[in-house]
Amino acid sequence: MKALLVGEYQQGQLLDSTYELLGFAAGNGIDASLFLIGSETQLPAWSGTLYLADVASCGEYNPDLHKELILAAVVKSQADCVVFLHSSYGWDLAPRVAAALSAGQVSEVVAVVDGGFEVGCCNAKMRRTVQPTTPIIVLTIQAGAFPAVIPEGIPQVEPLAVAANSAQFEFIGYEPAEAKGVDLTRAEVIVSAGRGVGKKDNVPVIAALAKALGGELGASRPVVDAGWVEHSHQVGTTGQSVAPKLYVACGISGAIQHLAGMKKSDFIVAINKDKEAPINEVADVLIVADVMQFVPAFTARLAK
Amino acid sequence: MKILVCIKQVPDLESRFKPNAAGVWFDEADLAWRMNEYDEYAVEEAVRLREQLGDTAELTVLSIGPDRVVEALKKALAMGCDRAVHIQDAAAAQKDPWQIADIIATYAGGKGYEVIFTGMQSQDRGSAQVGVTLAERLSISCVTTLVGFAYSDGVITAKRELEGGIKGVVKLHIPALVTCQLGLNVPRYPTLPNIMKAKKKEIEAIPVASLSSDNPRATTQRFYPPAKKGGGLVLEGDVATLVEQLFTILKDKTAVLR
Ligand SMILES: Cc1cc2nc3c(=O)[nH]c(=O)nc-3n(C[C@H](O)[C@H](O)[C@H](O)COP(=O)(O)OP(=O)(O)OC[C@H]3O[C@@H](n4cnc5c(N)ncnc54)[C@H](O)[C@@H]3O)c2cc1C
Ligand SMILES: Nc1ncnc2c1ncn2[C@@H]1O[C@H](COP(=O)(O)O)[C@@H](O)[C@H]1O
Repeated sequence: MKALLVGEYQQGQLLDSTYELLGFAAGNGIDASLFLIGSETQLPAWSGTLYLADVASCGEYNPDLHKELILAAVVKSQADCVVFLHSSYGWDLAPRVAAALSAGQVSEVVAVVDGGFEVGCCNAKMRRTVQPTTPIIVLTIQAGAFPAVIPEGIPQVEPLAVAANSAQFEFIGYEPAEAKGVDLTRAEVIVSAGRGVGKKDNVPVIAALAKALGGELGASRPVVDAGWVEHSHQVGTTGQSVAPKLYVACGISGAIQHLAGMKKSDFIVAINKDKEAPINEVADVLIVADVMQFVPAFTARLAK
Repeated sequence: MKILVCIKQVPDLESRFKPNAAGVWFDEADLAWRMNEYDEYAVEEAVRLREQLGDTAELTVLSIGPDRVVEALKKALAMGCDRAVHIQDAAAAQKDPWQIADIIATYAGGKGYEVIFTGMQSQDRGSAQVGVTLAERLSISCVTTLVGFAYSDGVITAKRELEGGIKGVVKLHIPALVTCQLGLNVPRYPTLPNIMKAKKKEIEAIPVASLSSDNPRATTQRFYPPAKKGGGLVLEGDVATLVEQLFTILKDKTAVLR
């Protein structure tokens, strides 16, 4: 297998996730070259071939044009595998490149296994091994699934010529994330409410446990989307990343985007009625119970 | 304007999943089914656009699958879609995202849909491919992961959600396809009068065989539970005992109970 890895650049910065792509190739013994729409002044620290197009003329988000440049790099590098990160950039671009190459795509790969690529399914409760059947394949890899390489070396740059931009698109710009009302990153204890708490009226019961433990209230995304808890309390890839001494997940299934924001916590307790919820994979203790029965009883015990 | 929204019916994700006889997907026995969560946002946004445009617009909801998917189509009709298309395919679960996109493209091609909505991903398969692939097959522009949508005079202004909650703002001309992210809007609950009205709406059934389908480009070899990481303690029993057990554990293992 010969891979072309598609690096990422956003808001004027080379993204560190690029080193995870290099880690995926190195860890699996795959011969790889790198593709990047970025800048000469910020080259990735890696010694290999880098197909580089200039972000000043290509824009940071312009999938139609970026697709064409990737296809040009595929020809030059003779890659039979194009690898993206499963990120807002990668999941947007990968199917376009796959369609153009008539390639089979496997999304959000967590491991290379016998018979193909392992991916999660059914909200991370189950796994599948998927095997593309086409001569060229496209992969997106799960963020955090493959350890990054240590940045080191200087790439051999192959500049890519940029054709006229025929895009149907206009990228207007970025909007910052909503301001943080609470800084969860400083809390020693976080007790988070998930959809399993059932309704907005039940949230104060979770908040009371947070208070009794001297911590802050956190939340999973659906609880925030439904307006039960303010956005600044959201934990996960599109919320805050936290690592408290104690994290208590109440009625949270443990989707990868939630785990990404809390799995570095020192001690994790989950309360869930489903013994097979994927939160079990990171929990030190899983209490199999109804959250609205267990939490008030536990808060009362703390007050004793 | 003709608008299309594509929906998938998925099992309740709190179910227990067992491999089917072939060992490549889950056994469907005893599962409860619902509309893919991401697609509820897609339907809501499509209905809002339909309402904004008034009677000059027509909104079609489409789903590929066995007979059970009619329930999801009925919900979408009750939310405000004008008509439904059920592409009957008892083997839809065995098809890869390329084949699903190809079938929808064969149906939709040449019908003049100017805005197409899909979910950003299905909760069971989770490939995040069908929407973008469909756009490529139809050669129309596309943006993914929408948390904001506005339409005026042939131009869509879309807000894409990026990592860390940052947003990217994009303008694109119709015809276009957008894939919808959680939190894009607040999907409405169908009201009883609207459920009654929906009963009169058309559900066109089309056998999948009449829409030629290409070969798969990726196949599932195996479906299985994740390897147990171990280490974690699983406690079950009556609440009072569980409370005492957790209290003792937190005292022993953490410094938070003083
Ligand atoms: C690009 C992207 C970014 C995302 N970013 C984030 C993010 O930053 N943060 C985030 O949290 N999610 C994020 N998500 C959403 C994520 O994929 C999940 O949908 C979400 O985390 C699920 O939240 P939940 O666990 O509260 O709900 P569910 O998945 O619905 O889980 C509810 C859980 O509660 C349990 N339960 C139900 N009733 C009870 C009861 N009475 N007692 C005990 N347990 C009960 C159930 O067994 C289940 O495990 C993102 C998704 C995408 C695609
Ligand atoms: N069987 C189907 N019928 C109709 N639409 C579908 C089907 N499968 C997937 N989709 C659409 O494609 C989106 C992405 O699905 P996926 O690529 O499976 O993650 C979903 O949110 C739906 O909008």
